[in-house]
Amino acid sequence: MPEPVLSIRSLAVTFPGADAPLRAVRGVDLDVHEGEVLGIVGESGSGKSVTALAAAALLPESAQVSGTITLAGQSVLGAPADTLRRMRGNDIGVVFQDPSTTLNPLLPIGRQITEGEIAHGRLSQRDAPARAVALLCEVDIADPSSRASQYPHQFSGGMRQRAVIAMAMAGRPRLIIADEPTTALDVTVQAQVLDLLARRQKETGAAVVLITHDLGVVAEVAHRVAVMYAGRIVETGTVREIFSHPRHPYTAALLRSAPRIDATGGRLDPIPGQPPNPGALPPGCSFRPRCAIGGDRALCAEQEPPLRPLAPGRAAACHFADEVRPPAQAASVAAQPAEPEPTRAAAPLLEVENLVVHFPIRAGLLRRVVRTVRAVDGVSLRLAAGETLGLVGESGCGKTTTGRTIMGLVPATAGRVVFDGKAISGLDRMALRPVRRRMQYVFQDPYSSLNPMLNVGDAVAEPLRIHGLYDEMGGARWIAQLFDVVGLPASAAHRLPREFSGGQKQRIGIARALALKPKLLILDEPVASLDVSIQAQIVNLLQDLQRELGLAYLFIAHDLSIVKHVSDRVAVMYLGRIVEESDKRTLYDAPTHPYTQALLSAVPAPDVSEAAGRRRIILEGEIPNPAAPPPGCHFHPRCFRASALCVREAPNFARHGDSETRVACHHAGPLEPDAPLRHAMGAAP
Amino acid sequence: MSGMLVSARHVAQRVFAQPAAAVALAWLAALAVAAILAPLLGLDPLAQDLVRMLEGLSRDYPFGTDELGRDILARAVYGARTSLVTAAGAVTLAASIGVPMGLVAGFFGGWRDAVLMRIVDLLLALPGIMLALALIAVLGRSQAAALVAVGLTGVPTFARVARAQVLSLRRRDFVTAVEAFGGTPAYSLTRTILPNSWSPILTQMVVLSSVAILLEAALAFLGVGIPPPTPSWGEMLRTGKEYLYEAPTYAVLPGLVLTVTILAFDTIGRALSSVLEGRDAPLARPVESP
Repeated sequence: MPEPVLSIRSLAVTFPGADAPLRAVRGVDLDVHEGEVLGIVGESGSGKSVTALAAAALLPESAQVSGTITLAGQSVLGAPADTLRRMRGNDIGVVFQDPSTTLNPLLPIGRQITEGEIAHGRLSQRDAPARAVALLCEVDIADPSSRASQYPHQFSGGMRQRAVIAMAMAGRPRLIIADEPTTALDVTVQAQVLDLLARRQKETGAAVVLITHDLGVVAEVAHRVAVMYAGRIVETGTVREIFSHPRHPYTAALLRSAPRIDATGGRLDPIPGQPPNPGALPPGCSFRPRCAIGGDRALCAEQEPPLRPLAPGRAAACHFADEVRPPAQAASVAAQPAEPEPTRAAAPLLEVENLVVHFPIRAGLLRRVVRTVRAVDGVSLRLAAGETLGLVGESGCGKTTTGRTIMGLVPATAGRVVFDGKAISGLDRMALRPVRRRMQYVFQDPYSSLNPMLNVGDAVAEPLRIHGLYDEMGGARWIAQLFDVVGLPASAAHRLPREFSGGQKQRIGIARALALKPKLLILDEPVASLDVSIQAQIVNLLQDLQRELGLAYLFIAHDLSIVKHVSDRVAVMYLGRIVEESDKRTLYDAPTHPYTQALLSAVPAPDVSEAAGRRRIILEGEIPNPAAPPPGCHFHPRCFRASALCVREAPNFARHGDSETRVACHHAGPLEPDAPLRHAMGAAP
Repeated sequence: MSGMLVSARHVAQRVFAQPAAAVALAWLAALAVAAILAPLLGLDPLAQDLVRMLEGLSRDYPFGTDELGRDILARAVYGARTSLVTAAGAVTLAASIGVPMGLVAGFFGGWRDAVLMRIVDLLLALPGIMLALALIAVLGRSQAAALVAVGLTGVPTFARVARAQVLSLRRRDFVTAVEAFGGTPAYSLTRTILPNSWSPILTQMVVLSSVAILLEAALAFLGVGIPPPTPSWGEMLRTGKEYLYEAPTYAVLPGLVLTVTILAFDTIGRALSSVLEGRDAPLARPVESP
């Protein structure tokens, strides 16, 4: 076996904390070999990023680091600054999560990506421009010679991340550390970037450490996986073994808790509790409080299990690794009886007709309108009582604006919103007050949606007080009941929001939305900012509440798996318009719009066997600017079926054949297995 | 707004953990106690000892006497009453006009914002002392006039601070949430935005207290402040200047207390803003992906 490129032994990293030291990493061993992609998976606080930053010697000075890190035969810890600088240029390249903050906004892209090589004396100033073009070409940036002289703000998010990858790989480093490289990107762009990363890795033969919370991404790209929990590696193995036969209860539970795009409903299996605080770890096995098999066993409570080898290249840190059962397969999840179809009332609860929301962009001394952002450009939706309508789309497609406009938080430019038989669009804040008793909103970010000065009991009671209904609705008893409904102790009511975790805050946000007993909840990405294991808890809670209270949900999200899991019907949005809408099964099993088809194929599935056999449609380009949408069908520049008609004329949103589906496409129809997937309209933008 | 400090006690603890701020607070507390308890200390600022005019430091009169033989120490202590009351009144007045102006301007925007902020610009365009002089010319010399004059010069600051707060808070989700429940604009402003704005407003109140004391002293020094015989530090400095050769120690005490008091307010203001902006004791946080 050749020397590993990166070898870490008993790495420990501690940060000074306010009360107790934060033990972020507690004894990590790992090797990465040439040509190998190691995925490190874990939730926030698991120590995965800290481990990777330690390998690149990029930790802040306050960190206390011990152990050994060997990179390409050289020790990293304690190495002099000169050596480290040489290593960072030659041996290691880093790709961070957010490409918008990694690049210097004041330097042209071409200069930035060659800066390192010039500094290391491998490239002369004179050759730099040509080298920049070559590097951009390698990462598939169209028109590289003119792009090289542009600045980061002229690049889209996906292109910026490509430039960062070009920069990280410029010196042909032996190790690449990619820390959540696609988390900030949309699904279709994520597919492009993962594709590129895998291709460049093969071409250069570099070793890659890919850090992510997304099991699907790991299944798609990694060869070997290390699962981290509470600062330790709890399981390692090849990607196939980890996904088919996890040997640590955390891995198994993580795989079970994520909703899957290939599953057909049923209930999620969440991990109870929440990840431990690195400042106050439980004694014994740190996963014990949340573990399904450890339970009350004395051994687990007393002794932290070591990471012990189970087979060659396979190890798990569990006393009872043999008892771990594999994750339920798609088929067995469906074993639950199908939920009864919601009864379709004659009049829908919510009806949206041709909703248009334009934001003017003003410029100049006279504040004249120079352009309009067409955030929502003719959206029609119907939602029956007790039903869930999923609204999916990538960022910037207008889904959040649609939700906020229905709620009356953003004025509609045109169109009609009818709620409970009453037209509500155009009403002012005071006229909307009675409507808002029956329609409530749950925000994406639980950290910013609670007033930091108000204790959470008062926060939940606030809607009641605003409407003067506090006593009428049962006062403190009703508040306690609401806390109970969302699974929080009523004794928590006098505490301030900052004392709660993200998942708990989202529960409080839901309790607050329920206080007035609404009929409709607009849920704007309610789980997007939560950890995977917490997402399942909230999704289950929402489904229970819907069943018990007969709520209707407008569920806005970008995550197709979760939308599939919770929705009865699904609408797909692209650049301000609904492109396809149908009942869940039809939309996911037989999509007819090329965008829906591409979107569905781009979702990385946490399943190795499937990832290998699936045919991926990789869309070119990114969502155009909604201030200057393309003519005709908005999707035509990226579409693999586009024809001259699509450029001329926007398609109507109409029923497709005699199916449930309504679609806006001139060439709607099922995906043919042999059809060309690159569009025929010429070069990508 | 990371690490938002919501507990007033917590803020106070961290402010007065800074030694300079603790000393400043001790000075202000002592001054306030002396001003309140002055009648009980046997000090009389008006008693004239016409035999012992313009004396230097002595056992009977530790800081000497003025041109009418009055005790300078007693007058300085009673002068603290004038200064502190005028400053407190002026700052309260300024905040109670400026903060609502800023809240309304920032929250509603549009023509209300334009009108209110032009008024603020107008106030700012006039130098504070000119504005105060003009007001006193209209209202006549009295403590109330000095208070109003000093207070008005502070209005623009509060209006701008409050407006900036509203602008940064009104797009936050928890403010939108109140609108989504059906809260009225008045509710949003008074119950949600205002409680989350107290920290910069409080900082401004402390900082403006020192400005108010200085401005009140300046008015008195120019002879348009509180009319005699009420003692005030500025008035004492003005008279002291006349007798600079006969009694060089006359102006020492009023000058000293004025300087130290202004410094004390400034020090506390600085400490407060350093705590509220989290600059006092940077805490290391681990880097972690979401």
